[in-house]
This record gives sequence, C-alpha cells and structure tokens, in this order.
Amino acid sequence: MSSVLTDVELDQTPQPAAQRGGLDAESRAWVESLGAQGTEQAHALERLHELLLRAAFAEAGRRRHLYPEIGGTELDDLCKQAADDALLAVTAKLDGYRGASRFTTWAYAFVIFEISVKLRRHAWRRGRIPTADDDATWDRLAERGGKAQARVESIELLRALRRAVVDELTPRQRQVFVAVALNDVQIDVVAEQLDSTRGAVYKVLHDARMKLRRRLERDGHLEQEAR
Amino acid sequence: MKEDLVTRLLGTADEDAGCETAFAFLAEYVEGELAGRPTAEVLAAVAAHLRNCPACADDYEGLLALLREQQRS
Repeated sequence: MSSVLTDVELDQTPQPAAQRGGLDAESRAWVESLGAQGTEQAHALERLHELLLRAAFAEAGRRRHLYPEIGGTELDDLCKQAADDALLAVTAKLDGYRGASRFTTWAYAFVIFEISVKLRRHAWRRGRIPTADDDATWDRLAERGGKAQARVESIELLRALRRAVVDELTPRQRQVFVAVALNDVQIDVVAEQLDSTRGAVYKVLHDARMKLRRRLERDGHLEQEAR
Repeated sequence: MKEDLVTRLLGTADEDAGCETAFAFLAEYVEGELAGRPTAEVLAAVAAHLRNCPACADDYEGLLALLREQQRS
C-alpha cells in the first residue's frame, strides 16, 4: 500500500481549450460557448444548469431509499443548491477539463458529488459524530457471525487493533478512524464537522490505517506486505 | 471473517489514488467502463480508491447509473 496518496502517476495535465483536438463536436461546442461572452455564454450556462438540475434529481431519486425523511421542497432545494454549486465548480474549473471524457460526463461528476454530499450532511444535520471506541463498539465488530475458530481469530485481531489505535494514532487520526471505520459515519459528515474536505479526511484515515497495519504486521497479527 | 474485518477497518492493500485524483478521473473511468475498456486495469489506483472509499464509490455508482439511463432513453 502506498503511504502517500498523491504519489500515483496519473497524468492530470489539462490542455488549453484550443488544443483539445480530440474533442467530440458537442463537447467542443460546450467549451466554446461557456468560454464565450455575452448572450452566448449566458445561454450555455442556462442550458448546463438545466442538465445539472435534472441529473441532481435523478441521483436524489436513486438514493431515495437511503434518505426517506427528505422530500418535497426540502429535496427540491437540495437539488437546486447542488446544481448551482456544480455549475460554479464547472465554470471555475473549465480550464482543467482535459477532454478525456465527454464534457457533459465531466460536468455530471460535479453535480453527483454535490448532491451526494448535501444529502448525507442534511440527513445527519441533527446528529453528532459518534466518538465511542468502548467495549460495546469493539464487541459489536466481533459479533458478526462466522465459525468458532474464525471468531477467535477475529477477537484476537480486534484486541490488537484496539491497542494499536491507542498507541499509534494521533488524536485527529483516532477521531477520524473511530467515526468512519468503527462507527460507519459518512466521511462527508465528518469532513463538515471538522471543517475539512472529503479528500483531507480520507488522507487522515488512510494514514491511520497505514500505521495500524504496520503495527499489526510487526506484532504478527497480519502478514507483511511487500512495499 | 478476519479478512473481512481487515478490509472493512483497514482498507485494501492496493495503491490508492485518493479522493481528489479519483474525482479528476471519474468521468473517463465511467465512460471507459461503459465502452468495455479495461479501465480498472489502466487506472488501477483509481479502482483501488473506489474499493476503499465508500463515498467516492457511491459517486461512481451514481454517474454510472446516470449515463446508463441516458443510453437507454
């Protein structure tokens, strides 16, 4: 496992709009009209907002079973906010569009992200991040079925992991690991409550997991991986 | 059971692109998959991230569902 999340070699170099020769005609038209001035740009922004709003509603519909308590004007408002925020993000990052996908697919990714974050945070708005890493929390992890021998191995692993959480993690790493890994709190909710971003919280979680893996390997609870 | 716990609590052992990089490649990843290209092999670090990060995996599912729906209509 890589210890640094950004060390993967993926070329993200954006190409200037004029050099994106491989673009399909529709994507090229989007980029040109959004980069234009006056009524052409205004019209393109309006059309893009309509597409993003429809996509937000489609995604909210797909996730409806997860958030049955959110509906009516509340859901309409969230979808509209998602479309508004996605439109802002798309226009702000237009120069970063690499032309590796259709323009609309690239833009849809923003609105899917926005509506998913908003739904998760809205559903959690009255809750608090669980901070429990007590006996009951750890026992619950071990009580998930399996044969006797497998259960014994799992209990030993969890005991070692619990010690490692206390010994190895910084307070912030422990807070994130306990919330996300132990208590299944959505990472976007943790990010909001820590005034952070999904990516930054994920990095904290990733580093915590790395430390815990190394400790468990050192103590013989996990097989060592090649690095 | 032990392996499930390790995966659930400590993630997979693969190289992981992280949320920002995975997002930057999400559109081409999904389009590639719909076109039958070996996207998960070419963008292995993105695929690893989608296995480790439920939030980004949900967004991937959402984009995939949206494009599939558009292909049908």
